Amino acid sequence: MRPFAFKRAAAPADAAKLVAANKDARFIAGGTNLVDLMKEGIDRPNELVDISRLSLSVVRSLAGGGVSIGALARNTDTANHPLVKKDFPMLSQAILSGASPQIRNMATNGGNLMQRTRCSYFYDLGTPCNKRQPGSGCGAKDGLSRYSAIFGWSDSCVAVHPSDMCVALAALDAVVNVQSPDGRERKIKFTDFHRLPLNSPEKDNALNHGDLITSIDIPKNNFAANSYYLKIRDRSSYAFALVSVAAAVELDKGVIKQARIALGGVAHKPWRASEAERFLVGKKAEPGVFQQAAELTLRGAKPLSENKYKIKLAERAIARALRRAANV
Amino acid sequence: MMQDDLKKQPSRVDGRAKVTGKATYIAEFRFPELAYGYLVQSTIARGTIRDIETAEAEKQPGVVKILTHKNAAKLANPQADEDFGEKSRPFFALMTDRVLFSGQPVAVVIADTFEQARYAASLVKVSYNEEKPSTDIRDVMDKGFASGRPRPVRGTPDEAFAAADVKVDVEYSIPIEHHNAMEPHATVANWDGERLTVYDKTQGVTGVRNYLATNFGIDREKITVLSPFVGGAFGAALRPTPNTLLAVLAARETKRPVKVVYSRRQLATAHGYRPASIQKIKIGADKAGKLNSIIHEAVHNTSSHEDFSEDLVGISRTLYACPNVRTDAKITRTDLQTPLWMRAPGTVSGAFALESALDELSYKLKIDPLELRLINYAETDPDSGRPFSSKELRECYRQGAEKFGWKDRKPEPRSMRDGRFMVGYGLATGTWGAFLAPSSARVTLKADGTALVESGTTDIGPGTYTTISLIASRQLGLPLEKVTFKLGDSNLPAAPSQGGSITTASVGSAVQECAQIVQKELLSVESKREASPFSGVPFENVEFVDGSVRIKGRPETAMTIGEILSRNGLPEVTATHTTRPDFGERAKYATASHGAQFVEVKVDEDIGIVRVTRVVQATAAGRIINPKGAHSQEMGGVVWGIGMALMEHTEIDHRIGRIMNPNLAGYHVPVNADIGAIETIFVPEEDTIVNPLGAKGLGELGLVGIPAGIANAVYHATGIRVRDLPITPDKLVG
Repeated sequence: MRPFAFKRAAAPADAAKLVAANKDARFIAGGTNLVDLMKEGIDRPNELVDISRLSLSVVRSLAGGGVSIGALARNTDTANHPLVKKDFPMLSQAILSGASPQIRNMATNGGNLMQRTRCSYFYDLGTPCNKRQPGSGCGAKDGLSRYSAIFGWSDSCVAVHPSDMCVALAALDAVVNVQSPDGRERKIKFTDFHRLPLNSPEKDNALNHGDLITSIDIPKNNFAANSYYLKIRDRSSYAFALVSVAAAVELDKGVIKQARIALGGVAHKPWRASEAERFLVGKKAEPGVFQQAAELTLRGAKPLSENKYKIKLAERAIARALRRAANV
Repeated sequence: MMQDDLKKQPSRVDGRAKVTGKATYIAEFRFPELAYGYLVQSTIARGTIRDIETAEAEKQPGVVKILTHKNAAKLANPQADEDFGEKSRPFFALMTDRVLFSGQPVAVVIADTFEQARYAASLVKVSYNEEKPSTDIRDVMDKGFASGRPRPVRGTPDEAFAAADVKVDVEYSIPIEHHNAMEPHATVANWDGERLTVYDKTQGVTGVRNYLATNFGIDREKITVLSPFVGGAFGAALRPTPNTLLAVLAARETKRPVKVVYSRRQLATAHGYRPASIQKIKIGADKAGKLNSIIHEAVHNTSSHEDFSEDLVGISRTLYACPNVRTDAKITRTDLQTPLWMRAPGTVSGAFALESALDELSYKLKIDPLELRLINYAETDPDSGRPFSSKELRECYRQGAEKFGWKDRKPEPRSMRDGRFMVGYGLATGTWGAFLAPSSARVTLKADGTALVESGTTDIGPGTYTTISLIASRQLGLPLEKVTFKLGDSNLPAAPSQGGSITTASVGSAVQECAQIVQKELLSVESKREASPFSGVPFENVEFVDGSVRIKGRPETAMTIGEILSRNGLPEVTATHTTRPDFGERAKYATASHGAQFVEVKVDEDIGIVRVTRVVQATAAGRIINPKGAHSQEMGGVVWGIGMALMEHTEIDHRIGRIMNPNLAGYHVPVNADIGAIETIFVPEEDTIVNPLGAKGLGELGLVGIPAGIANAVYHATGIRVRDLPITPDKLVG
């Protein structure tokens, strides 16, 4: 890998400033994705700013309910935290369905949001990839597209976001807290955090260079009793989702008061099925209704040559996840 | 085999060393002043190298030298490899500007540290004159040409098929698969004047020594090749890989020891792979289920420069009694690395076709798949007409079916359920030839009551250290811990490469016979000593028990081996011996191991997920020497088969001829959570013909029927017949 300087930040604002000052600098915490990218020469920073010792690993209750999870809390600790397990079990399920125990032990929550796509063209320097090298083309779109997006892709990129945790966070209306290099702090709605590729797939999210995620807030909700994370993959563990679904409903005597549906493995970002959510409000929680919601969600899907199966798979997964969530 | 029975059996003699890190694998060896080589691989699949710019890389700290085809010294005597065709033109890295496959090594950067070498390698710029590659077997399947020697047609298969009451006429396909052993290919080479020492990941130290001797033009005696532990190979290390040649070349050029290790990503093109295959199979039967025709046509890919050929169709000639059989094997060229043997090469691919097709036939006939196999049971080898030296396949079917509960299977597809899961039962048959190759061994009995056993074989994981130690310990009457088995050194008595499931039979026979020679020698020396109780006692009347030698039935005559040696003033007694297959008696028989595999799957049909919940693997493979090792091998075969059936697939972008999932995240092999219950049964066979030990190979056998068994169970569960592996969720959701 390219030789790099290693610095340790004293405080979040300090870290943000250090990285902002050098366009080739990167934050490093768990390193479970960045170090791989550096070894393969896909990312070639010349400076790493170590944030792993900053005090950003707290998981705590928010005033008025909800929970705040620190950017540096480990995925494992977050998934197993009593507050998360009790109030947001779907988030626990989603985290634990990702990667492997060893990786979850190292990976941080902020890093989980920041991980890059696993599109095989992105990882192969011998192929074109607009995300890795803007302007070089998209290898996957007319190539191996079995794992690629069916929603929101552009001619420049068909990659999917690899995270499970983020699918649950998108469904749970989380908010990302960010420390900017200029000292300000700001909040980004989770559903606005990751972006679609459009003509600039090199940009995964709404952060500017040097912005540092400090924590993620999950507002109080009434979904804990009726939520489910379903992940479908080529093997039982340690595989990225072909399709995943975070589904939650709030029920009142069998009638849906609110619903949340987000999909993984289908788009450049966790894909919220807002239309289906609205459709479900006021309906009885029953399989036929869930099937209609699933069909509604897939109506706008645009498959590539090798991933048509994702439409039927996603449809069935949504219906299944909603049934499991509602226990019907 | 039951867990309780196994607990009493000896464990791996090298187990502690392996789990404590004391077992040293190739990339861990070092010499003083070691330099590190890192490969640069081609990004095109076909064409020529126009230029390689190394100036920027050469300026980097620590860089010692960069070798390319422009400056690498030519091989003294580049050798063809007869295993890869009459006109074999093996690929030698850096010896040509021609690019034969994507991922071909085009430069090696040698530096003081691994990190320096890797970074500098990233700065080497290669430009190409690119030609359009062809890597999809579907594009070239019609350009196939005959491979191997032609085999006779039995009877009149086409006419018989045309006239058959019930027919199956189907096509099966299997994608390229890679071995993906844990240990990467690696070499550490050190020149000491004229002498060359090479630590190399290999399944055959003798073969690597000979390869280096020939290609570099050095005396064999001046080369030592060492491979004490191998972290899995499965065929991938049966042939020297570019790292071997490049480390030796670089060490000679730089006058320093050099280590070359393939990275995981690079490894997919370091060596060959199970070739992609397309098989057309026709089976005809009468209404009672009696087979009257099998026509099995297979084509698989090879490279543009070599003719690799494996036998997919042989199983259709031998597995069932059938009067009319025609097989046809072809290979076809692609711009990929040459394929290579991968666990149960040919046979597992052929078995997927034959055993799936037979299952399809059983539904058409409405005959239970097990019954159909019994109706067509081959009492003698249908291909050669010879009797089997032993064949307890019928008993495998019986015991396997009973343990599995096959009688509970409902005949109709989609007829069994467990909650939301569709349940399916499937079965398949496996077979693997019981081969034997000449092997040498040395056995030394020492005054301290220990034995040293030596043979230049390897242990790629099946437990050869243990199995051979057990053979010696039983023959010599010594406790296992008193026996040391040394292997993986080309200076030891030569043994064949560890492939084809021949090692226990071949090396084991050599060791057993050699141990007996040493015993006889010891007795002969002792019986000549004055007043020896053994004077005039024939060898047959003597027994070796618990480290002592005694006349049978006269325990008071017991003397320890140490005592005998010291009374005769000897520090040790030793012998070297070569065992060769007996082509007299043995040649009158067909020799093979057999097995029956029973598989239960549960399919979550809605979302296309298959779980192999239960497998019973019944095996008849002669005498079982090492029960725990045998159990592990047969379990390993099931695990491998689950991978092959459900997930393994080397993905190639045919537009550029490039492998796109060259890593363990993208190339899926089973994880623990994919594996359900696996039970093994070993049906004993007494076989005095197959080899002196009576043991047959196990390593490949346990895999052969599994992919078909799983596909058959999936059909029984769902009514969906997947003829194109792997059976991933998309193929079931449709």
